[in-house]
Amino acid sequence: MSHSRTTFVLLACLLALALLPLFAEKYYIQLFTKMMIMAIFAMSLDLLVGFTGLVSLGHAAFFGLAGYVLAYAAPQYQAADLWLSLPLAMACSGLLALVIGVFVLRTSGIYFIMVTLAFAQMLFFLFHDTKIAGGADGIYVYAKPVAAIAGWEPFTLENHVHFYFVVLALLALVYAGLRMLLASPFGRVIVGIRVNEQRMRTLGYRTYRYKLVCFVLAGALAGMAGYFAAAQFGFVSPETLSWHQSGGVLMMVILGGMGTLSGAVLGAFGMILLELGFQGLPVVGGMDIGKHWQLLMGGFIVCAVLLLPHGLLSLGRFAPRWRRKPVEAAE
Amino acid sequence: MTEAVLRTERLCKHFGGLAAVNEVSLEFFSDQVHAVIGPNGAGKTTLTSLLSGDLRCSSGCIYLDGKDIAGLSADRISQRGVGRSYQKTNIFLPFTVFENCRIAAQSRLPSSMRFIRPALAYREVMREAERALEQVGLAGRGQEPAATLSHGEQRQLEIAMTLATRPRVLLLDEPLAGMGSEDSARMVELLQQLKPSHAMLLVEHDMDAVFALADRLTVMVDGRVLESGTPEAIRASAAVQEAYLGVEEPQ
Ligand SMILES: Nc1ncnc2c1ncn2[C@@H]1O[C@H](COP(=O)(O)OP(=O)(O)O)[C@@H](O)[C@H]1O
Ligand SMILES: [Mg+2]
Repeated sequence: MSHSRTTFVLLACLLALALLPLFAEKYYIQLFTKMMIMAIFAMSLDLLVGFTGLVSLGHAAFFGLAGYVLAYAAPQYQAADLWLSLPLAMACSGLLALVIGVFVLRTSGIYFIMVTLAFAQMLFFLFHDTKIAGGADGIYVYAKPVAAIAGWEPFTLENHVHFYFVVLALLALVYAGLRMLLASPFGRVIVGIRVNEQRMRTLGYRTYRYKLVCFVLAGALAGMAGYFAAAQFGFVSPETLSWHQSGGVLMMVILGGMGTLSGAVLGAFGMILLELGFQGLPVVGGMDIGKHWQLLMGGFIVCAVLLLPHGLLSLGRFAPRWRRKPVEAAE
Repeated sequence: MTEAVLRTERLCKHFGGLAAVNEVSLEFFSDQVHAVIGPNGAGKTTLTSLLSGDLRCSSGCIYLDGKDIAGLSADRISQRGVGRSYQKTNIFLPFTVFENCRIAAQSRLPSSMRFIRPALAYREVMREAERALEQVGLAGRGQEPAATLSHGEQRQLEIAMTLATRPRVLLLDEPLAGMGSEDSARMVELLQQLKPSHAMLLVEHDMDAVFALADRLTVMVDGRVLESGTPEAIRASAAVQEAYLGVEEPQ
């Protein structure tokens, strides 16, 4: 896609999202809030998988931890301070990513997948089997974080429309920030690492450092998503750290199209909508199709990956275009 | 006599039981081309990889400016001014030709931990990449994807990337292999120009190029140095003629 076209499509999407609360019911506003949160989560993973070439199967560790930090940051039955607890949650996730990254980034390929999974499972069992945060039952976040600045509240997250707009703003911010990052010298380096890490080393790059910084950044952003997911849901359980969660977000990235930010966003929206669509299927001839939605989902993903190896984003190719351009070189 | 910029001392590399590089001691001086020739499997590429840090030596020493660099990682060695090119083209195929060189030139920024300004706003890096492309004769081809270049052009890009890091020591592993005769001649001319300011290891099968450029010549066979000296001396050496050049000794 040409640049101006991409910008146009993006602005149109942003506008549509901004107008949605005007006519949508509460249920849909909350649904879209959830999708946007997952889109942030998916973009953070795409930074690793699609851009740096690090296939992580433990990304939920950072997502889930931030939720627990929020639960902890809130005094019992009271609200946490957004301006304190959000940075704290992201910092904790980033720090965890630093600790895990120091170890896992010494491996690559299939071993990297294994050790990221192993670390995330360790965290899962830590929260599942011990009583530090409600164990397997999870823990409630009774009140949404409060965004007060010296007594003045610019918005209140208890209001679902406010919550929606805060998440929309963050989605736009994270997207724009990552676009900037990817165009910077650092961004070029991580893509170089994905394409040919050994040559990057001979060119003089200490690739380990760049991968580590990227891993921490991705962890902190996953933390941002996990924080708002916990705030919205009002409940944190070890499931948020589980490998189902890690696998789910990886699927979003693959489904949408790895290595593009808009692909990750599209994947998150697509997966959640499909899930709902399949769940809502009626009972036909005594068989409850909706109940077996996971079967349909699996089939859909198989077809999508086979037919659209570059993800849902490549459907854009079939859209009418005003201006044809020769194939652009990647990067 | 000036000190060698790069020097190896009884360098060895074993792959299992195979001694791919065996007790090799060589010197490289600034403003000189030290050519290494030898049959396939002689250990020339392995030697280059030891010097660039792509491989760790099994024993022996490598001195750069008198300091032992054996055991340093490839990135550190590169940052100390050693650049290598690969026999088997080793470029970023999905990137444009220009981006290949730009990312190489960017490695000379004090750090690439820069997150905000666009990479394309670093003028000095852009100029350096442009210059490297011009040097190898790929100016004007910058916007093409590297994957669409012909084999010979990819070889030129390979060298351009190495030059874009501004090395003092150049390790060139068969730079002319796969290049057409015209590009080959241009490359020889370029290496001639680079000679005064670089210490160069030239692994090459093209004997005309070797004799045109080399100030010193080393013949390797089975991981060992068979003979080392001036090109004239090597040409005259009976052992070399027998073992490598394949020329019958006059009766
Ligand atoms: N990574 C490796 N593992 C095992 N053996 C290797 C490896 N690289 C090279 N060799 C062997 O070492 C010897 C020297 O190879 P090489 O340095 O590529 O020779 P040249 O470049 O002179 O043709 C060959 O016998 C080759 O098979
Ligand atoms: Mg070789």
